[in-house]
Amino acid sequence: MDMKKTLKEFTKGILRENPVFVIALGLCPTLAVSVSLENALGMGLAASFVLLFSNLLISAIRNIVPARIRIPCFIVVIASFVTIVELLMAAFSPQLARQLGIFVPLIVVNCIILGRAESFASRNTVFLSVLDGLGMGLGFTLALSLIAVIREFLGSGKILGHVLFESFPPATIMILAPGALLTMGLLIGLINLITSRNKG
Amino acid sequence: MQNKLSLSISPHIRKKESITRIMWTVFLCLLPSGIAGIFIFGIRSLWIIFACISTAMLTEALILFLRHKKLAIADGSAALTGLLLAYNLPSTFPVWMACVGSFFAIAVCKQAFGGLGRNIFNPALAGRAFLVIAWPKYMVSFSKPFIYVDSITAATPLNLLKQGRIESIQQAGLDYFDMFLGNRGGCIGEVCIACLILGAIFLLWRRIISWHIPASFITTLALLTFFLGGPQVGQADVLFSIMAGGVVLGAFFMATDYVTSALTDKGKLIFGFGCGLLTFIIRKWGGYPEGVSFAILIMNATVPLLDRFCSPRIYGYEKNT
Repeated sequence: MDMKKTLKEFTKGILRENPVFVIALGLCPTLAVSVSLENALGMGLAASFVLLFSNLLISAIRNIVPARIRIPCFIVVIASFVTIVELLMAAFSPQLARQLGIFVPLIVVNCIILGRAESFASRNTVFLSVLDGLGMGLGFTLALSLIAVIREFLGSGKILGHVLFESFPPATIMILAPGALLTMGLLIGLINLITSRNKG
Repeated sequence: MQNKLSLSISPHIRKKESITRIMWTVFLCLLPSGIAGIFIFGIRSLWIIFACISTAMLTEALILFLRHKKLAIADGSAALTGLLLAYNLPSTFPVWMACVGSFFAIAVCKQAFGGLGRNIFNPALAGRAFLVIAWPKYMVSFSKPFIYVDSITAATPLNLLKQGRIESIQQAGLDYFDMFLGNRGGCIGEVCIACLILGAIFLLWRRIISWHIPASFITTLALLTFFLGGPQVGQADVLFSIMAGGVVLGAFFMATDYVTSALTDKGKLIFGFGCGLLTFIIRKWGGYPEGVSFAILIMNATVPLLDRFCSPRIYGYEKNT
């Protein structure tokens, strides 16, 4: 198999087909959870775990699942992995589980995961699907962390809970809903600018 | 002879009006109110006004440069945005925060949408809304008029009304004449009604603004206050509700912004009605004591719909097409 092409399935999720900034999927957790870097990393890792294993399992069973009921099958697979993540998180990091709250169980209906299952894992080999899941998960985590760093820095003057400046009162708007939309809109604009320059 | 017979394409009649001329006229008409504000709240107001205008113009120049556009900062639109934003801030507001607000107004609310003429929301008001949500504590500390010491703060009459501490203007220790001249706590450019009216009359006389939006805005607010504002019909202080807060500044100078208000006369009347209604709702039931800026911003969002709804019949066509 062509090595370069294989690698592309992994790297495409990071920038060229970034799930948040380019495909614009999974925006609900992105907007809600990105108030602090800690939450963003937790959410990103949880979603990546589910993405990796659901891609793996779904590509493995792709030939035995009847086409007409594939979506319910995918949901069952995804929900199983989400339950695993939820229980693991509650057991080993209860504070993070409390902070993320409803958004951990909501990974079940995260568009990125179902989207990858439907458009990639159900049509490709296990190996490629795993690469795709890893790349997409990494892209999602990176995007979430980027938004979270900006919002946490401007909105509460901290990074990962460490206070960086105290002499300036932080802009509360950045950790509220408008801050999420502003940050995301401006970042999408910036990324479009960069990619269009690279092409032209 | 040859020249007299040659035809050019329309328009054939030209006026001297231009964006630059209109913007600077509005700017001049707003100046008396700012001078009154500096006189009432002290020299600090001047620094805020200066900071807002210079940040707005610098930001505009920077972004136009980055976008490879003509550096049209002399057209006054950025300066006007900065001035209006400063007029919407209390005189105790930290200067660097005012600069951030001004930067946000120009960079995000105006240039990110494509620059002059393409912004959906009034940049000055959006800048104010940003500051209200970002640093709420600093947006509600108003200095007392004619004291000139930053540490002495006073609630605005509307704030007192919201907290239920007063029911009429007399209980706040003010009379209508005080309100008219600006002897009350408030934002820099909104307190001196006399100066604002002076500027507004000039703009109306030069037909730079039309009467529709201010008239329907203020009438709606007055009627709603008369019928629903007090404990019983007719008990509310209607004149106070119009003179308090930023109604006069908002109705004449900000709701009438060409870019973000309706085009047709009918649309303008509906636009003004919506502003009045939303202002009343926010004042009466909302979390903030004053609702003019949010009311105008919300109505800004309806302008494309209003323009479509009120589009005039094209000459030679049936009405409903």
